[in-house]
Amino acid sequence: MSNKDTILTVEHLYKAFDGTSVLEDINLEVQKGEVIVLVGPSGCGKSTFLRCLNALEETDEGRVLLDGEVINPAEGKSLSHVRERIGMVFQSYDLFPHKTILDNIMLAPLKVQKRDKEGVKAEAIELLERVGLFSHKDKYPRQLSGGQKQRVAIVRALIMHPEVLLLDEITAALDPEMVREVLDVVLSLAKEGRTMVMVTHEMAFARAVADRIIFIDGGKVVEEAAPDEFFDAPRTERAARFLKTFSF
Amino acid sequence: MFGSLGFDVLFKGTNMARLLGGLGIALKISLISVAISIAAGIVIGILISLKNPVMDGVFKVYLEIVRIMPQMVLLFIVYFGAAKAMGLNLSPELSSIIVFSFWGIAEMSDLVRGAVTSIPAIQYESSAALGFNRWQTYAYVIIPQTARRIIPMSINLITRMIKTTSLVMMIGIVEVLKVGQQIIEANRKSSPNAAFGIFATVFVLYFLACYPISCLSKYLEKKWEN
Repeated sequence: MSNKDTILTVEHLYKAFDGTSVLEDINLEVQKGEVIVLVGPSGCGKSTFLRCLNALEETDEGRVLLDGEVINPAEGKSLSHVRERIGMVFQSYDLFPHKTILDNIMLAPLKVQKRDKEGVKAEAIELLERVGLFSHKDKYPRQLSGGQKQRVAIVRALIMHPEVLLLDEITAALDPEMVREVLDVVLSLAKEGRTMVMVTHEMAFARAVADRIIFIDGGKVVEEAAPDEFFDAPRTERAARFLKTFSF
Repeated sequence: MFGSLGFDVLFKGTNMARLLGGLGIALKISLISVAISIAAGIVIGILISLKNPVMDGVFKVYLEIVRIMPQMVLLFIVYFGAAKAMGLNLSPELSSIIVFSFWGIAEMSDLVRGAVTSIPAIQYESSAALGFNRWQTYAYVIIPQTARRIIPMSINLITRMIKTTSLVMMIGIVEVLKVGQQIIEANRKSSPNAAFGIFATVFVLYFLACYPISCLSKYLEKKWEN
């Protein structure tokens, strides 16, 4: 039974693509304010798992609950309403190319949440200042660097006031010198107590930001541990082998 | 000098007004056809982008027919052929609008299909992740981006249609080029050099009609390149 601070619950989640099993019997409880980092080899199912959390992928079996409410499989009610409560930032730049930075950020709160324009604008500007991009507010996405675009994408998710933020390898497509500026933003979000579930290949960052590491291999949770424990003394041979690929 | 190039004929009687009237007919045919092509092309293009194999096959054959068949042959089939074979008495203007639309719908559908399918999947997904429903995703994200890709190219289609209207005189429509020929014929004795002056004027008229449109297309393309 989940305790009262549980915000996201995953129960016996199964997912297959064309008969090939991708996720098998995944269980997870995310507490409010917790930062969970999913690690594992490419193709192990971590991104698919993340996409099940906001129902971008439908589960084959099992369920996902947000604050006690079943959100996947979607039960006839509006998926969009659930999704606005879970923010997501993707690996590839997903800003709307035909809108300015400010409009990218303001579109969903105005159209989906029907919020007041002045209030949304003030918040957008405050968030942009926070990630150091206020002076870029009237530019178009193509005029920004990859790192800047990802910071805008984070702001665009934050302005919806999501209860959980999902980050899917958000620095994987970036040039190395831009990774830091994005991860710094994520670190500051973790410090202020945001609930986040993320996939990353930046192991040093994972160790610094995570409250809990979940190691997935072959569609199953192989190991689940506190970061220091996982990185210093992995319990399973598979996790040890995986971690070795990052050291030289 | 001016007179010997045949420009003087323009100022005889209502010649200039007649030329402009001819241009008006050419513009009318092409603009009506373009309007039909854009409206139908958007619907058909979106339908084809859904990738139904039957619709795909039918559309491919249609597109090939339009590409291979000279417009003049199509005009003859519709105007002369339909009248004989089906007893349809289509006016020359209606016949040419049918043919031009037949051509334009094929091109527009293909443009729309290309534009819709070129919007990356991540645009749909990030919209969904932000809580947009399907309708909002299309209204605020997909259609504006698609339109920006289509509009410059469809403007280009307008100019090509205007140019191609010179063919409709073959089914008896007195458009600008035909008016020009008539004026030259009528003034053969008094101004033997009228051909140069008249055709040069026709050239300028086509240019004045098409150049602003083509500039607009270039401007929009540049403005929206992202």
